[in-house]
Amino acid sequence: MEDLGKTMQDVARRLLEEGKVDLIVGYEKGTTPIRSTPCFIREAGDVQKLIWDPTCEANLTKYLLDRDERIGVVAKGCDSRSIVVCLAEGQIDRDRVTIIGVPCQGVINRKKIEAELDKQEVVEATVNDEEIKVRGEGFEKVLPTTNYLCDSCLSCRHRNPVIYDFLVGEKVPEVEDANDFAEVEELESRSSEDRWDYFTEELGSCIRCYACRNVCPMCYCKECFVDETMPQWFGKTDDLSDTMIFHIVRAYHLAGRCVDCGACSRACPMEINLRALRKKAEKIVKERFDYEAGTDVEEAPVLGTFKQDDSQEYIIK
Amino acid sequence: MNSKILGKNQLTKFIDEFIGEYRVFAPVKKGKIIGFDEIASGKETCLDFQNTKQPPKSVFFPQTEVLFEYKKGEKGLEKAGSGDRDKILLGMRPCDARALVIFDRFFSSGEHEDLPYLQKRERTAVVGLACNHPLNTCFCTSLGGSPFGSEGMDLKLVDLGDEYLVEILTNKGEKLVEDIKWLRDAEESDLNRARDLAEDAENAMKPKISTDGLCDKLDGMFDDPVWEGIHQKCIGCGVCSFLCPTCWCFDVLDEDTGTGVKRVRIWDTCQFPLFTKQGSGFNPRPSGKERMRQRIMHKFNYYPKDFGEFGCVGCGRCVRECPVNLDIREVIRAVMSV
Repeated sequence: MEDLGKTMQDVARRLLEEGKVDLIVGYEKGTTPIRSTPCFIREAGDVQKLIWDPTCEANLTKYLLDRDERIGVVAKGCDSRSIVVCLAEGQIDRDRVTIIGVPCQGVINRKKIEAELDKQEVVEATVNDEEIKVRGEGFEKVLPTTNYLCDSCLSCRHRNPVIYDFLVGEKVPEVEDANDFAEVEELESRSSEDRWDYFTEELGSCIRCYACRNVCPMCYCKECFVDETMPQWFGKTDDLSDTMIFHIVRAYHLAGRCVDCGACSRACPMEINLRALRKKAEKIVKERFDYEAGTDVEEAPVLGTFKQDDSQEYIIK
Repeated sequence: MNSKILGKNQLTKFIDEFIGEYRVFAPVKKGKIIGFDEIASGKETCLDFQNTKQPPKSVFFPQTEVLFEYKKGEKGLEKAGSGDRDKILLGMRPCDARALVIFDRFFSSGEHEDLPYLQKRERTAVVGLACNHPLNTCFCTSLGGSPFGSEGMDLKLVDLGDEYLVEILTNKGEKLVEDIKWLRDAEESDLNRARDLAEDAENAMKPKISTDGLCDKLDGMFDDPVWEGIHQKCIGCGVCSFLCPTCWCFDVLDEDTGTGVKRVRIWDTCQFPLFTKQGSGFNPRPSGKERMRQRIMHKFNYYPKDFGEFGCVGCGRCVRECPVNLDIREVIRAVMSV
């Protein structure tokens, strides 16, 4: 099997050597098992740090925002979609960005592995698309990678980058019939009281660390609505009313823009199901406007356009 | 003071001795996460954990705390929290208990003592739980701590297998157990067993990170280029600070209650741009570089200069939970290797 990490290194080296980019943003091995970490490479001699495997979870599009350098960035399917959204919204200058696309078969949610292993701590791990070999004090296990992928990956229909300058490796088959709204449909089938209880429980543990917002490439506002102080629109405490309004308004702001990369859910230290609210907004946009964020480079942002035949049913009469 | 022995099957009974007279806070399992919460019965307690997701600092320093409140048309202020019962915080790991000592120094220093914190601290007994199996992300021993440390505790439980050794460390701790007649006195063999476990735990830890001279070294590093590299991947969230047992920074707000105003303090962090943004719009820490530098400087230079010890206990929470794996141990190494 082709070592995609190696191919990625070759592309990165060439880009740096030929002076096409000032900086490569990719992934390197993290400091704990089953983790990668974003890596910033400016010298061609350092490209051997670059890796590619199912631990490469971060959406690196975040690092393209607010930078003047010419950047070569590694992008999975979902990451490339977020680049498309940022391009459409004028946040990224296409001429400054070289996209090193990589087909992806899903990234690991290590919290699922931790839950499975309970108190057995992984000391060493090797990871590929098929299996995760873990070893710790007094145990050794081989886990099938597909059982521990992020929820977003399990129902992903865009595993191949939608935009790229270089493609590392062969395209992987798309899972066209994946139902990525299954969880939303389940929640929709509940009573509103049940749903309220569910979100009260989930969002009740929010600690307002804003990891969800800060890892999100779509959250590029210079000043977030919750940070505004003149006037202060929203409460800043961890009381439920304050945390809930933050998450609800954030879900609104992401409607028609979120590409379900899953970065926020992975970043949340309290393991809140942040995906449900966003997927609901995504589903409404899909049903009303037949629009999927970041899948078409030519298309304008759905909420930034008006068509005569747009669905009007959301207008309160 | 003699140590006692508490059978694991007596743990619920032991905790229930205090419930009612005290408000008891202990680790409980909520969904996927183990965290400290007030319990109504000893059986809710879960002492079978490595460390809690969050340190229990909120028992003394809640994320949202009403300092006082006043109502329209009424004279005077209504101060919060003075009539509360005494508390017991049970199951705190040595790193987190040691962090309380770091808090204590700060909240009682300077011209104004911080009464909301100190009153809660004074009226809370800490029952610690030694750490038999430190995690790979733990580095307490690099910073002067130990998995079996007792600093900040009134009683310390040591898991001996089927029972706990209960070490009595302070008068407050003595008072807790003096009336519990059914606790057996510990024997020499129990103490030896605990000593062996302490040694095993220390030996199981990863090699120490060198921190010799770290504080002095940082003195000359404010403008060092090392900060340019360190902060690059930081996304500027508050995970490290809000899960940190030694981060105490806060903001103070006045909130309209409809019938008056309440003054609230909430956690804040040097990692947020708003932390230092001034009324004029000027921000002396305009980018992640300055903000990350502040976090490191505060823990490893400013705090030790003020109080003689590092302001980090090596609990490893920020290492485990940072969304981009910005590992503070690597930051220490990077600084040390300059």
